[in-house]
Amino acid sequence: MTEKKVTIKNRAGIHARPAALLVQTASKFASKILLEKGSEQINAKSIMGVISLGATYQTVLKIIADGLDEKEAVEVLSRLFDNKFEEE
Amino acid sequence: MEKFTVLDLLQLDLKEHDALNLKCIAGRPGLIREITVPEIDRPGLALCGFFENFAYKRIQVFGRGENSYLAKLEKDGNMETVVKIFQYEVPCCIFTYGYKPSKTILDLAEKLKCPVLQTDLASSEFSARIIRVLSDVFAPHQTVHGVLVEVFGVGILIRGDSGVGKSEIALELIERGHRLVADDAINIRCVSGNILFGKGASVVISHHMEIRGLGIINITHLFGVGAIRDEKRIQLVVQLEEWDANKIYDRIGSEETTDILDVKVPFLVIPVKPGRNIPIIIETAAMNERLKRMGYHSTKEFSRNVMNWLETKSARTFFLEEKHLYK
Repeated sequence: MTEKKVTIKNRAGIHARPAALLVQTASKFASKILLEKGSEQINAKSIMGVISLGATYQTVLKIIADGLDEKEAVEVLSRLFDNKFEEE
Repeated sequence: MEKFTVLDLLQLDLKEHDALNLKCIAGRPGLIREITVPEIDRPGLALCGFFENFAYKRIQVFGRGENSYLAKLEKDGNMETVVKIFQYEVPCCIFTYGYKPSKTILDLAEKLKCPVLQTDLASSEFSARIIRVLSDVFAPHQTVHGVLVEVFGVGILIRGDSGVGKSEIALELIERGHRLVADDAINIRCVSGNILFGKGASVVISHHMEIRGLGIINITHLFGVGAIRDEKRIQLVVQLEEWDANKIYDRIGSEETTDILDVKVPFLVIPVKPGRNIPIIIETAAMNERLKRMGYHSTKEFSRNVMNWLETKSARTFFLEEKHLYK
């Protein structure tokens, strides 16, 4: 199991487009990937789940991956957060 | 395009307000003459002997005025211009109001092999109809491989490689009460620059389908006349593809389009795999398309609502941060 804390750096937060990007990226990995916000945990491969997190600017999320390619998955996903989901 | 001859014009299957009511009254051998331009000409000036810029490639329409003038010419025994018109190799001469030209003129036409047709319509009505018919005939067109169905009133062209299950999906849609326009070879033509109409390549085979394991079936006989349609405007193109785990599919709904005859049509790629009920997905796509036309765009609306929600939340957290609170 690999975990990493990330902060949302794009002003608009995770709305539909970043959510789609996140889910598409996560779906490329075989590992089970979860996003944790406070007490909520959702599957990072479900688009409606990711949007319903309501992750706004500066929110801290935890990426939790479990499986064969967990390290790589966390690495790639956290890079998305750092890149502000290719926005701004 | 194949040659479109006067005979083809006579043989067009036109109904009701499209009917031209044409019949050939002289110059039958000339029926093989080709019609090359979708326009008509009133040969008044030519009859008077003015042949400069005579539009001889167009169909010549003789209305009341031309007819009276022909009668006058005949009385004066001056048929020179009539002969000249016939010799110009005009595609055909059409007499409106059911007017029958005199025997002299018919004999001349017969001799010069110029087809003379007659219609019982008034000139203005006939002109309007023939222009409509000819612009249809001369519209840019193309034949594509796919199935054209009408789902909830939306014309959907289903495309995809053979074996992906297009016909089976269309069959299920028909079973669910939708209509088949044509299977396999779809003839698409572009009308007035931005409207695409599709129909079967041939009337004889268009309402049949080939279902693997069953062979060829006749949809009209099996599902009734309510399950078919001759022609339909194409409003959505659905591309079926084998599910490819490495390919990225649209998840939130974008506004992709595809070009057919230089017209942009909304386009969806739907991955097929066992367990995915494609007919229901296509039905939903059709309804979604109708919603969009009514001005409600599900994806955009959803996106906007999410943005608003996130903004409110963001503003709230900002104001609730301690440093902004009065102490």
